[in-house]
This record gives sequence, structure tokens and C-alpha cells, in this order.
Amino acid sequence: MHRPTKAPGWADVTPEAAYLNRRQIIAGGSALALGGIAGGVRAQGDLEPNTFEDISTYNNFYEFGTNKGDPARYAHEMTTEPWSVEIDGLVDKPGTYSFADLIDGMPMEERIYRFRCVEAWSMVIPWNGFELRHLLDRVGVQPGANYVAFETLYRPEEMRGTRSRIIDWPYREGLRMDEAMHPLTILATGLYDRPMPNQNGAPIRLVVPWKYGFKSIKSLVRISLVEEEPVTSWNQLAPREYGFYSNVNPTVDHPRWSQATERKVGGGLFSARQDTLMFNGYEDEVAELYAGMDLQQSF
Amino acid sequence: MLVDLINPLARRVPMWLVYVGGLVPMVWLFWLGLTGGLGPEPIKALEHRYGLIALQLLVAGLCITPLRRFLDVNLIRFRRALGLLAFGYVAAHLLVWLVLDLRSLGLIWQDILKRPYITIGMLGFACLVPLAATSNNWSVRRLGARWRVLHRLTYVAVVLGAVHFVMLVKGWQLEPLVYLAAAVGLIALRWRPLRSMLGHAFG
Repeated sequence: MHRPTKAPGWADVTPEAAYLNRRQIIAGGSALALGGIAGGVRAQGDLEPNTFEDISTYNNFYEFGTNKGDPARYAHEMTTEPWSVEIDGLVDKPGTYSFADLIDGMPMEERIYRFRCVEAWSMVIPWNGFELRHLLDRVGVQPGANYVAFETLYRPEEMRGTRSRIIDWPYREGLRMDEAMHPLTILATGLYDRPMPNQNGAPIRLVVPWKYGFKSIKSLVRISLVEEEPVTSWNQLAPREYGFYSNVNPTVDHPRWSQATERKVGGGLFSARQDTLMFNGYEDEVAELYAGMDLQQSF
Repeated sequence: MLVDLINPLARRVPMWLVYVGGLVPMVWLFWLGLTGGLGPEPIKALEHRYGLIALQLLVAGLCITPLRRFLDVNLIRFRRALGLLAFGYVAAHLLVWLVLDLRSLGLIWQDILKRPYITIGMLGFACLVPLAATSNNWSVRRLGARWRVLHRLTYVAVVLGAVHFVMLVKGWQLEPLVYLAAAVGLIALRWRPLRSMLGHAFG
């Protein structure tokens, strides 16, 4: 599970058949390997990953357009080399880190996570990445930092979707410190053992599996450790519809649609909906983060 | 003049061809959905494509009167076909939602009552039902002057359809707003003061 390679190249691509065999071993051993933390990946039966094609052709990445196929069509226009991430705010070692420096020494692993979009569709995705807390520990979080704020690249000449002012670019997201330090929270640099496709947020993105997909911000260029709850894009745009927390919760409906069920993408024209799980099925791992909070209010 | 070319041509198009041609995309899209041509989420794709075609046909139907009034382009004989095809696509849109997407009467009923954009969409569909039912010659004759009044419901249906589209997308997106603006603009052209003003300009 621990891959010593910094950035897997195309030479590292595993044939799909071999991959699927190996994945079963990984999925079976995940509870052990993650020390019980991802033991909540308990319903193994429904953790059948979507195909690479599903994952890389059905995307929301409004920087490239609002249609699901736009990111796959236009994200190749984004330059991802060189890439750097600015880390600033209440941190011991602020600075602009190149992608290579950022991932240097980070313990890379594979995580097969459910991914639930706020639009009531879902996927299962085999990410490659490392826990965000390892990076935060390395740069040194200072006392007083209560939140982590994230920003996506904003480069209009390479991101045609940003020419429409649908969002106050750059796209921004945020987590409370305990959410950011949670072992399920990862920075992903690839999927299916391939480098992250541009449309999925190359070269590095956040993945927070118990929250709606839009919290898992793509193509990161800035990580700031801050005292106050940061502004987040969808919350800023429609606070009644998208809360800061945006935890997957089948009992709190979006004002315009029900969140009780979802449909897993890739099942064809006759695939049925399935019940949405509390915290997207990661309740055992993350419910304690919200103990005592009214989740109807803090949605 | 282009008009002198279009009008005789329009008179020669057989009506069955309009209906058959209009239904081809419905069948073709369903086939694409079955065979993977609509991407990994074909149910949503089909639902959206049928809905969008319905809205386009309704807006096209609204163009017919202004085209004749201001540009002397006479496409009036296609108006019924456009309206009935639009109704067919709205019905298909609804069926995909009922039969393929939600599949539960409980969920459907909850959605209609609880979600304003669905309430509005359903109201739009409800407006179209009496229009489709009275689109035949017999009803036109029987209803007389009342037929014209009744068929003004089209305006309500198109606006409801466009508002439904505006409301269902995330954020304020351009495409649905363009449809809404087109619908409102085309209806405004029927407003007497504007009509006479434009009539002078073109006349």
C-alpha cells in the first residue's frame, strides 16, 4: 500500500485485470491496514469502484464549464507543470512549495472511498494520496489556527469556465481543524494508480469522503491556516442550500431536492437509487467530530 | 426575397414528415442511453435532453406568430405539430423521471409538494394537457373563439418551463436564463403597444 514513488508515471499503469485482483486484497485488508480507522469501509459489497472512464468523464469542475462532460473536454488546457502550492497563515514553515517538495516523503497509499455529490449521484473511487494531517504536521500548525482554507487555481486563459462569473473565483473551500486532521481526510494525487487526470483536479486535490463532493476542492494552489471560519464558494453563493459543513446527511434535504437517496453513476439506464448513508457511510469514524452539534442547523 | 423562398417551400413539406422527424431524436436519445452514448449517468442525461427539447419546441412555437406578423414568414401550419411534439417531449421527460429516476410514488408525491421547481414544472405540464387535448380540428371548431383564449395557456406553460430550468441548476447559469428571456421576449411581442411600435418599424 505504501508507494515509494513520488509521482506515478504512465509506465506505472497497472493493467485493469491485474489491478482488480489486487484491489480485492487491498479492500479486504483495509480495515487492518488503516488501524480500524477506515474500518467503516465495512459494507465492502457496495465498494465496487467505478471505472476509470466513469470517474474521468463525469465531473463537476465549473472552472471548465457547467456540463458534466466539459471538464473532460477542456481541462487539458490547464498547465499542471510546474505546479506550486502556497502554504500560509498560522504556520511555522510558510512558503511556496513545489509539487515535488510538497509530496516528498508523504506516505502514499490507496484509499477506496465512496464519493457523494450534493446533486444526489455517487461513485466509488480508488484514490492515491496521503493524509492531509501529515502535511500539516510537517509545516507546523500554530496555536490559534482553528480552520484550514483552500483555494483552486484561477487562470482564466486556461480555464474557460471562469469567464462566466457563476462563482466568485477562485473556488474556495474550508475545513475545521479537527476535520482537516482526521485520518480519513486526504490529499489525492492520483486514482487507479495513475496520475490525477486534470478534470479530477490535477495535480493535487482534497478528498473528504464524508462530505458532499464540492468540499473536496480540486487543483489546489493555496492552503491557509486561519483563526476564523473561512469563506467557502458554494456557501457564499447560496447559504441556504450549501452549509459550511456540508456533511452527507440523508435526513437534511437540499431545499430543491431530497438527499435521502442517490444513484451510483455507471449503472446504465435502468439502475435504481440506493439509500444515502449518514456521513456517507463513515459515521463510526467521524460522528464524534460533531457530537453535541445540531446537524439540522449546522448542515 | 428570402420570404418568397421560404413560404412556398413551407407549404410543400408533408406534415407526417414533421411529426416523424420530430420524434426521431426521442427514439435516438433513448437508444443512446441504452447503449452508453449518453455517458455514465444516462438517466439524468435523458431526463435533461427530453426536457430541453420540449422547451426548445415550445419557444419555437412562440416564434411563429411574430415571424408572420413582422417578417411575413408564414409557418402557421407547423404550429400544431410543434405544440404536440413539445407535449410529447414533456411527457417523455416526466416518464423518465417517474419510471427510471424516482420509481416510487411516495418520492414522487413528496417531490411535487416539497420542491418548488418540481411544483412549477408539474404546473407547466398541467397547462399543456388541455392544450394537447384540444389541438384537433373538431375542438377548434367546437370551442370557437374560446379556443384562442384557452390556448394562451401556452404562454404560461413556456414561462413555467423556463423558470423550472432556471431553478433546477446550481447557481445562476446563463443557458436557462437565455431560454427564459427568449420566452418572455417572444410573449412581449404580442403586447399591443409593442406590437404596433414594431409594426411601424417593419411595416
